[in-house]
Amino acid sequence: MSRAEYPTGAAAVRRPNPLWALGLLRSELVTTVRRWRTLALLGVLAAVPVLIGVAVRIETRGGGQVGGGGGEGPAFIAQITNNGLFLVFTALAATLPFFLPMAVGVVAGDAIAGEAGAGTLRYLLVAPAGRTRLLFTKYATVLAFCLLATLVVAVSALAVGALLFPFGELTTISGTRIGLGEGLARALLIALVVAASLVGVAALGLFVSTLTNSGIAAMATTVGLLITVQIVDQIPQLHAVQPYLFSHYWLSFADLMRDPVYWDDLMRDLGLQALYAVVFGSAAWARFTAKDISA
Amino acid sequence: MDERERGGPPDGDPAGVIDTRGLTKRYRGGQLAVDGLDLTVPKGSVFGFLGPNGSGKTTTIRMLMGLIEPTAGTVRLLGRPMPRAARTVLPQVGALIEGPALYGFLSGRDNLVRYDSADPTADPRTRHARVAAALDRVGLTAAAGKKAKAYSLGMKQRLGLAAALLQPRRLLVLDEPTNGLDPQGMREIRTLIRELAADGTTVFLSSHLLDEIEQVCTHAAVMAQGRLVTQGEVADLAAGARGRLVVTTPDPAEAARVLKELGVGDVTADGDRVTGEPPGRDLAEVTAALVTAGVRVRGLTVERASLEDAFVALTGEGFDVAG
Repeated sequence: MSRAEYPTGAAAVRRPNPLWALGLLRSELVTTVRRWRTLALLGVLAAVPVLIGVAVRIETRGGGQVGGGGGEGPAFIAQITNNGLFLVFTALAATLPFFLPMAVGVVAGDAIAGEAGAGTLRYLLVAPAGRTRLLFTKYATVLAFCLLATLVVAVSALAVGALLFPFGELTTISGTRIGLGEGLARALLIALVVAASLVGVAALGLFVSTLTNSGIAAMATTVGLLITVQIVDQIPQLHAVQPYLFSHYWLSFADLMRDPVYWDDLMRDLGLQALYAVVFGSAAWARFTAKDISA
Repeated sequence: MDERERGGPPDGDPAGVIDTRGLTKRYRGGQLAVDGLDLTVPKGSVFGFLGPNGSGKTTTIRMLMGLIEPTAGTVRLLGRPMPRAARTVLPQVGALIEGPALYGFLSGRDNLVRYDSADPTADPRTRHARVAAALDRVGLTAAAGKKAKAYSLGMKQRLGLAAALLQPRRLLVLDEPTNGLDPQGMREIRTLIRELAADGTTVFLSSHLLDEIEQVCTHAAVMAQGRLVTQGEVADLAAGARGRLVVTTPDPAEAARVLKELGVGDVTADGDRVTGEPPGRDLAEVTAALVTAGVRVRGLTVERASLEDAFVALTGEGFDVAG
């Protein structure tokens, strides 16, 4: 048997590639989007605006108003018949309380725990992806999914709105009128704010994901926490804790439709999301970098 | 025996390819999985890692790879401390740990692309060529485009091996690499391991199959109940268990009498085979004594003990008994 020296050539002098982290991120994004589960979630999200648009269209065939004066249903639903662009706002208002964060909770909860459960986590770590880098890459991927999911809702709503309803100038909540161009810009801004509103639940889900080796358990826990927080936010006797719940200021995105824009609640929302990202991001890091990988 | 000398570092190299000192892992429940392990794997060896189920082999491998934090003791891989030097050491180590783990919704090829992307030293420009070469090396080229969930256990095992071969490696850590393979596949993998070893790659191989270790390994270590029972060259380990003197003759009764007179212990006759403990004296003398006494000797030999005999003698139990 040959007892050759170490092959000191190629094997010994390989240096880390500086752009490698981007390659890992790209692999992570592609792997996430290629899961059937992710595609199914995005499909459901894309279907919501279709459902609302068609329902409003059927309801108002005789020329009536939806939820006329009653204030029922998601925000802006009464304006859809006048301007299809409002379907974007309505669809985001309808999906933000549950559908969007649920989808994010599923993807975030699965991020680490799902890989651990499948055993692929150990091979990524001995590759060696590095625990901190892998966690950052996972979080970046979940944030990208927040944006993608929100844009799927917004683009689907825009398409359905343009197809079924007239488009044109629109009236803000404050009663002023703005052009279609500015309306579209505000719609994009609202989509970005909605995506940013999901940063907190994404961090929470990622932290939960580092606690278990079962992807299903992490997803269920994250979605369970989401429901609990939504319920707590509805109980008047618990108003003392409500300003600290990640969902408390979610619907403040509607303030972007005021003229001038009312920023206070929007800033509170974004600040709260940043706080959740820091707290649960740190917790996830502390847990994941010290964890024995036994699955 | 003198394992410490033999397993010791070659000149000019401070340590073996794998070097553990007092490596210990106590799980949170208080269970002591690995207890004070001093393991030295010489470079260029094919090192068999043996032990009954539950003896701490997998926990040890996970500590070597930096997946589990030791409770006490140190690990050095390729002369560098783990897990501190993981980023520089692990790209030079290929591993198959407790079976392959794959993304079922990705093709075999895309699974390898994914794992290669996680290696900071992997060059994306050569990725597809290296993936193709690794697939070819384990005989999976034809099935590379199939989704991994459609793979058989043997194909998954091959894909796991391919992932370990994506880059030239100085060390391969293979946990039960022939698990789930048919006999032909096992032979192919053994040939592959020999080829890699011939290229200078050190192979650390844990296996349930003693004859596999005996066929491919130059060195071996045996674990039982979290402790290292022995380590050394395979030939010496097997020699450690005493062989048997076997005399083949049509006159078994007479042969047994002569052997007893010569002081051979534990003589038993079974058909035309008379066996006993190997005598201290020269076998030629034994032969001469038998012939002088009129015993017709057809064959006389000392049968070497198998590694299995050595293993049972060392662990005091059958191979598949949980420790």
